[in-house]
Amino acid sequence: MRWVNRKMRRNDRMIAGAVPILALLVLYLVMAAQRHALNPSDKILPLPDAMARGLSALLFQADPLSGHFLFWTDTFASLQRLGLGLGIATLGALVAGLVLGVLPPVRATLGPLVTAIAVIPPIALLPVLFIALGLGETAKVALIVVGIAPPMIRDITDHIASLPREQIIKAQTLGASSWQIMIRVALPQAMPRLIQAVRLALGPAWVFLISAEAIAADTGLGYRIFLVRRYLAMDVIIPYVAWIALLAITLDFALSLASRRLFPWAHGASH
Amino acid sequence: MTALLSLRDIWVEFGDKIVLEKINLDVAAGSFVSIVGPSGAGKSSLLRLVLGQEAPSRGTISLDGAVLPPECGPDRGVVFQRYSVFPHLTALQNTMFGLECAQAPLLARLFGSARRAARDEAVAMLEAVGLGDALQLYPAQMSGGMQQRLAIAQALLKRPRILLLDEPFGALDPGIRADMHVLIRRLWREHALTVIMVTHDIREAFSLGTRVLALDKRRHDPHAPHRYGATVVYDLPLRPREDEAPAETAEPEDKTPPQKVAV
Repeated sequence: MRWVNRKMRRNDRMIAGAVPILALLVLYLVMAAQRHALNPSDKILPLPDAMARGLSALLFQADPLSGHFLFWTDTFASLQRLGLGLGIATLGALVAGLVLGVLPPVRATLGPLVTAIAVIPPIALLPVLFIALGLGETAKVALIVVGIAPPMIRDITDHIASLPREQIIKAQTLGASSWQIMIRVALPQAMPRLIQAVRLALGPAWVFLISAEAIAADTGLGYRIFLVRRYLAMDVIIPYVAWIALLAITLDFALSLASRRLFPWAHGASH
Repeated sequence: MTALLSLRDIWVEFGDKIVLEKINLDVAAGSFVSIVGPSGAGKSSLLRLVLGQEAPSRGTISLDGAVLPPECGPDRGVVFQRYSVFPHLTALQNTMFGLECAQAPLLARLFGSARRAARDEAVAMLEAVGLGDALQLYPAQMSGGMQQRLAIAQALLKRPRILLLDEPFGALDPGIRADMHVLIRRLWREHALTVIMVTHDIREAFSLGTRVLALDKRRHDPHAPHRYGATVVYDLPLRPREDEAPAETAEPEDKTPPQKVAV
């Protein structure tokens, strides 16, 4: 049978998907064990027990200086920045995308500006943001927004502008105004695409968050990783990275589930 | 009968390409006008002019004596071959959309008794087109024929002065198409509609229409074929509206083709 025709059953898919992940874990353990056999105090590839010790200090022992449980304050601070950035960017992308997508004069006026902003590497704007907005939370959230909003706006605009012309005409023959077309025809059809855009923006959003935290912060997952890097504390860095991955996967899964639940009409004929 | 719709000296040009030239046309209220012609003869262009989706390069179109603005409006309903219904709304929501737009300018949604009234009206219309059992289905869950029924119900609920059909049954298989012919003929009679239908199917044009227009180029320049536009080359009045009465159950095939009338 040709490989293009091979179908995988659900259980087989789970097993097949788990194999590379497990293989990577085993590879890591073997390499770590080898290094520890040569040098029991190796810090570069810590064994699981060292990671558990390193992490538990941050999880369960209050920091003597601040009295906070650092793992949780880091997680909370990062998620707050990420949530604010994603929220503002999403709302902005929806409103801007709707207006740009439905109204040709607005698209002609502001479309080139959005394109111009979208091609600027956001990290290059980071100094500008720090200078203009200070080193506080605002600049970090602003970096996420500036980084992910322009591509999201372009995506939503293109999606709405490519709705079949027939739909827009039909709505007008049913008496709809520009405003009514925007809120009843374009907005609902933009929503599944918006969730898709947020899912795709999650990756860049994390990049901008960690970058901002690495440069100027006093708490946050990215701040912690870059702080303990000075002490080669791989026993903290690796669990932190794994935690970030878990958070990102959870967010992505939740968004995908929400889209299927809320907009069944956009996910295939069978519903 | 006075003309409901009249086109006066209509030209449509794109750059130096002439699509339609010198169209003069009067459509009486209550007539069912079929438009046929070869591909690229401007059938759909003519329909888009009446719809208001495009503006003519020259000439005027008037409805009830008033010149039409180059914009679509609720006085002209339309059913396209595809994409005529909203994929994110159920059949019922699709049908209520027109009522909601008219009665709630800001939210385009109705609540309470106004909503119930609109719902009842929409349900009645959906039952009239045979979709009484499909109120809560999304278009993606419907067959092509059901989607076209829905598009017709949507349009009729606004009581348009003219209903424009752009190859509405072109994508349907023959059995379903015959059902749709029965439906559209019944609705045309019951609602006293004025219909303009563009079609590829000559038999459909003659069996449904009270008048058939054929569009084609009257002249042809082999060196510059784009410099002559299409116009109405045949205008065949078939039958007055009253003669239609027994036609409901008749198969379209039973119709005898009418005499050709040279223009």
